[in-house]
Amino acid sequence: MPIITQQKSAAVVIDDAKCIAEKGCTVCVDVCPLDILAIDEGRKKAYMKYDECWYCMPCEADCPTGAVKVNIPYLLR
Amino acid sequence: MSGSDIKTEIIEADILVIGGGTGGPMAAIKAKEANPGLRVVLMEKANVKRSGAISMGMDGLNNAIVPGYATPEQYVKEITVANDGIVHQKAVMAYAQGSFPMIQYLDKLGVKFEKDGSGEYNMRKVHHMGTYVLPMPEGHNVKKVLYRQLRRLQVSVTNRYMATRLLKAEDGRIAGAVGVNTRTSEFLVVRAKAVVLACGAAGRLGLPASGYLFGTYENAANCGDGYAMAYHAGAELANLECYQINPLIKDYNGPSCAYVTGPFGGYTANNKGDRFIECDYWSGQMMLEFWRELQSGNGPVYLKMDHLAEETISEIETILHTNERPSRGRFHEGRGNDYRKRPVEMHISEIGFCSGHSASGVWVDENARTTIPGLYAVGDMASVPHNYMLGAFVNGGIAGADAASYCESADLPAYDAGYLAAEQERVLAPTRRDDGLTPHEMEFKTRRLVNDYLEPPKVTAKMEIGQRRFAEIREDLQHLCATDPHELHRALEMQSILDCADMAAAASLYRTESRWGFYHLRVDHPETNDDEWFCHTMLFKDEFGRMAHRKREVAPYVVRVEADEMAAYHQLRVKTPVAAE
Repeated sequence: MPIITQQKSAAVVIDDAKCIAEKGCTVCVDVCPLDILAIDEGRKKAYMKYDECWYCMPCEADCPTGAVKVNIPYLLR
Repeated sequence: MSGSDIKTEIIEADILVIGGGTGGPMAAIKAKEANPGLRVVLMEKANVKRSGAISMGMDGLNNAIVPGYATPEQYVKEITVANDGIVHQKAVMAYAQGSFPMIQYLDKLGVKFEKDGSGEYNMRKVHHMGTYVLPMPEGHNVKKVLYRQLRRLQVSVTNRYMATRLLKAEDGRIAGAVGVNTRTSEFLVVRAKAVVLACGAAGRLGLPASGYLFGTYENAANCGDGYAMAYHAGAELANLECYQINPLIKDYNGPSCAYVTGPFGGYTANNKGDRFIECDYWSGQMMLEFWRELQSGNGPVYLKMDHLAEETISEIETILHTNERPSRGRFHEGRGNDYRKRPVEMHISEIGFCSGHSASGVWVDENARTTIPGLYAVGDMASVPHNYMLGAFVNGGIAGADAASYCESADLPAYDAGYLAAEQERVLAPTRRDDGLTPHEMEFKTRRLVNDYLEPPKVTAKMEIGQRRFAEIREDLQHLCATDPHELHRALEMQSILDCADMAAAASLYRTESRWGFYHLRVDHPETNDDEWFCHTMLFKDEFGRMAHRKREVAPYVVRVEADEMAAYHQLRVKTPVAAE
């Protein structure tokens, strides 16, 4: 069967104004136990790439600039 | 990728530890402390800094045996009784004796436990009989402390490598493991004399009621890889029918947490605000009473704290919303829940395997040895019951020290190159397709069927349907498609989940009695049958590659338990006066 993609809401929100991924920071990406965050190569900002969040919060706690906010995924909220 | 361009690095070690959460790091640490000359590799599919069940720390020890409050003998007795007698007491005793030294060791490393004014540990009572709970209001730094010690002792850490299968030597000894990078799909083969499995629970087995695949009680990375690897290597797994089912915050699916709130005066109540269980310590019987209350029309069940004083509630909030699962506070905020005004709605979880709270797992003896020479298992995936975090540390330490001495007399075995090549093909198969089925949908379907057919009350006819449907999904694996390395790692996890689903069904069908309260409540065999089933049940892959079973005798107790004591956990429902009925 062919594979299609579908839109999802992202529970983990990054404040681009605070994110310093362009300076080489990858802390949130590094610490995520589920490996769901990535750096957008075009914008040089972190973002939630996969809808697989355990809302555990190391990304938010370890971000050096306070750019990450973990929301409870909508299905659970 | 064709056979010739598979990238494989092969390294040699003395000890390979798989899983960098709780027990794994401690195994590596204690192996290095026993012999600093050993080459110890710690393989972790996430990042050791924040991996595993305690990625954000822990809010308390649930099973601390502190002199003056409890003895190892009392603890062994309590755990024996809470598990209907089916325990390998020597392993529980090894844990119990190691408990206090481990607390002191962690304390020395910088883990913070609650102490009173005179510096003594501030112990609380939650269990039915003894006092074993030690709060950790500042327990958020556990991972940092462990990481520092790993660096200090020069343990080699390989992050983002997911172990897929164990390697064995011709003579049956362990010979290492195959790992695949979750970001590049490159292989890392670690040859080792000894391997410690520390991969956590099978926490992605049932599907949470929310329908969100990763909204699990356990860290969702803990999906049963360790159980699957042990099974395929031929190790025996014990009592898998004794599921893990947890009371939790409904929808949030994390701990509510009665162990923390209980000692402060919080308790589990029904919709009338009444207590219905005498003791909040988790056991199969407690979960049965919980489930009955939910079914009875007296549900929902709540965690009640609104009767407590403001300063008590503030303290509870500080502990619960800054440790272990800090997003609890955010969840309550979103719902408008306030402990002061409204009790927290609770529910029971989907099923999983986890000896941390239950009793099933890869069979280990008192030295954390599995049935395969050189292979150890620790923590939530090993068969020592009611392990919790401290058990993972203690048994991890036992495994590390034992593996270090095993290495002294063992050479580095050769592995089967043909097996490795076949495994690499299995791993990469989903990357060789352009279309087909996604890992998410195959996982969702497997887990939805686990809920439909394997949840207790267990019905023989339903579990058999479940087995047929799992076999259909296994057929569908030929269509499983992964478009990038991340999806490939989910595709591999999905296969471990399917293995665990098959094991849960087979183990549940084998034990034709009811035991452990709700965990193994079999409608077709409602009675406990000690004559035939006072034994461990062992599940393993036989010489023909089939799932097989056998009974293992319960070894003679090291702590005697009287018949009347054995029933202590059977009377957990609060007794209603006759006049009130």
